[in-house]
Amino acid sequence: MPGFLRAALAIAAKDLRSELRTKEVLNASLAFSVTILLLFSFAFDPSSEELQQIGGGLLWMVFAFAGALTLNRSFARETQNDCLDALIASPASSSALYFGKALANFALLMAIEVFCLLVFGLFYNARLAAQFGTIILVIALGTWALTVIGTMFSALTVNLRLRELMLPTLVYPLMIPALMAAMTLTTDLLAGTPINNENRIWLRVLLAFDVIFTALATFFVDTVLVG
Amino acid sequence: MSSSEPSAALVVDRVSKYYGHYPALRNVRFEVEPGSSVALLGRNGAGKTTLLKIVAGLSKASEGSVKIQGADVRQEATRRKIGVLGHGISLYEELSAAENLTFFARLYGYPDPAKRADAWLERVGLERVRDGLVREFSRGMRQRLAVARAFLHEPEVLLFDEPFTALDDRAIAVLQSLLAEAHAEGRTIVMSTHQLREALELATHVVLIRRGQLAFAGERTSQMLEDTGWLYRNYGDN
Amino acid sequence: MSESTVRDKVLFGLAGFAAILLTWNLHTIFLVMPDELNQGAIWRIFFFHVPAALLGLTGFGLGMIFSLTYLFTNNLRYDAIAESIIEVALVFAAVNLVTGSIWARIIWGIWWAWDARLTSMLVCWLIFAGYLMLRRAIDEPTQRARLSAVVSIFGAVDVVIVWKSIEWWRTQHPAPVLSIRNGGGMDPGMESTMYWNLLALFCFAVVLVMVRMRQARISQEIDSLRRLAHSY
Repeated sequence: MPGFLRAALAIAAKDLRSELRTKEVLNASLAFSVTILLLFSFAFDPSSEELQQIGGGLLWMVFAFAGALTLNRSFARETQNDCLDALIASPASSSALYFGKALANFALLMAIEVFCLLVFGLFYNARLAAQFGTIILVIALGTWALTVIGTMFSALTVNLRLRELMLPTLVYPLMIPALMAAMTLTTDLLAGTPINNENRIWLRVLLAFDVIFTALATFFVDTVLVG
Repeated sequence: MSSSEPSAALVVDRVSKYYGHYPALRNVRFEVEPGSSVALLGRNGAGKTTLLKIVAGLSKASEGSVKIQGADVRQEATRRKIGVLGHGISLYEELSAAENLTFFARLYGYPDPAKRADAWLERVGLERVRDGLVREFSRGMRQRLAVARAFLHEPEVLLFDEPFTALDDRAIAVLQSLLAEAHAEGRTIVMSTHQLREALELATHVVLIRRGQLAFAGERTSQMLEDTGWLYRNYGDN
Repeated sequence: MSESTVRDKVLFGLAGFAAILLTWNLHTIFLVMPDELNQGAIWRIFFFHVPAALLGLTGFGLGMIFSLTYLFTNNLRYDAIAESIIEVALVFAAVNLVTGSIWARIIWGIWWAWDARLTSMLVCWLIFAGYLMLRRAIDEPTQRARLSAVVSIFGAVDVVIVWKSIEWWRTQHPAPVLSIRNGGGMDPGMESTMYWNLLALFCFAVVLVMVRMRQARISQEIDSLRRLAHSY
């Protein structure tokens, strides 16, 4: 067990160090997200009630698209110079490799999303402070869902020639239940509604999604990477 | 596991690999004794890289098995013992030489990875540029660093896929000295190559793959060294 | 070879049977049965909508099972079966979606409703369409089989989650459900026609799968020959 964690953390640290040095993905994702949020605030009147209703949906659309940029790069960065072979041949198990990358992706995505959330709060006059903790929790659960699926399929598509096309094609349909849950919860929370008996079901859906697919991915990643 | 006879360093047991129904490798079997240095020869497309990938645990055989020191290569303990060097340098461009080696040292479980990294940077003559990014290195420097990465965990079994390809003189010298040293220390080397002369000099044994099948496996004779075409003429395609 | 002629006989026999049964059913559905009380003529679409759903979902489920079987046995035959079944299932799922949409438009005035079944089927369709797209993107048969098998497993699990989620949601927010029982119960006479049509469409599906599988087998042979030719 400590071996698994040590390898995963080493890989997560390496990925984060690489990304923070080049900032390729961070810059692209941030620019993209902020642009979309601004464009939408032009298109709709930020103070209207309707906007409060679609706010959650909008945020998660932005998160999902920006996320795809990050997640695509996850395993793709290992194909340069044949680094992936060296990683698979190392004592680190495929699951540790996957988990480490998922951790790094999660950290990157959360950073981008929290920034977007603040931008959103600014331009859309959203009331964030009241339930900030819960909002962050929901974002974290939804982001983990996106990370788990996205990292897995980044591994699956790593050697394919149509990788940039195949990753979103596979990930987005699979993400539908998690995104439905995250969007509904976020919209409610932004409107001031707490987690109650009505929407708690979506929290359970998110949790179930996270647990089930983390297990599935950890189990199948070796099949995908080695065969 | 508890066998009294010395286990072979590498046992390739009736390995076949199919792409669909097409056999890239068919029923390949040979053994490599510990301490030997094997030159894996064959034309382009014969199956050398496919075989090496299976031996290194990067790909799964469709049939048959590969055992390194008696254990399956996908086990963690076994992978600690193998060192792999392929066509790519397997280094991260945006990290420094020291960061690259430290990362791999950490993956291989060294309690003080930075120290290990520094030791090997010195061995290959890159200690002065330890903080330079690999992106800025010359080709020869990258190759020397790649060699350091492959050797740094002192693997007992070295699996190299065409390591001499496009190396500059200094890198070739470094690699050859490290290989000779490894051989002297009793490590096992399996090296696929096109550079017949360099490979045959270092080799104690030769394995020739022809169209996915084993064409020859045996000791490297001096005749092979003097007449490098001999092997292909007698066992190869022409 | 005798094996293939037996197969051909079964194929043509089944196709003929399906055609006859389908014609008979169409006759029953359009000419014999009366219009339904509340829905008018359009209720007849259910005789295709429901079997299409059953065949589609069963197909996807079987596809997932054969994918798992491939992963355990490494026998490409199972991969070919999975691919063929899933392709045919996609067609039936599309029929289900389109007929459902038409019915909803005519009865409720909307083209789409977020009920559990339609939504799950749509997600299912998108996921397995992705499965096919992935297969087109991979040349090497073993890699293609392995990777698409993993996708189909993830896809099947996901569809179950979607289904359950919307079901739970709908228990709190009831909305009209796409169901033939909306009109209040189904006549026993109507039910039997439904089952006959299911049988007819099932035979049709089997024929399609068999044809597709033969194509897959030939395609694999060509691929192997091509690799062999290129290796010289």
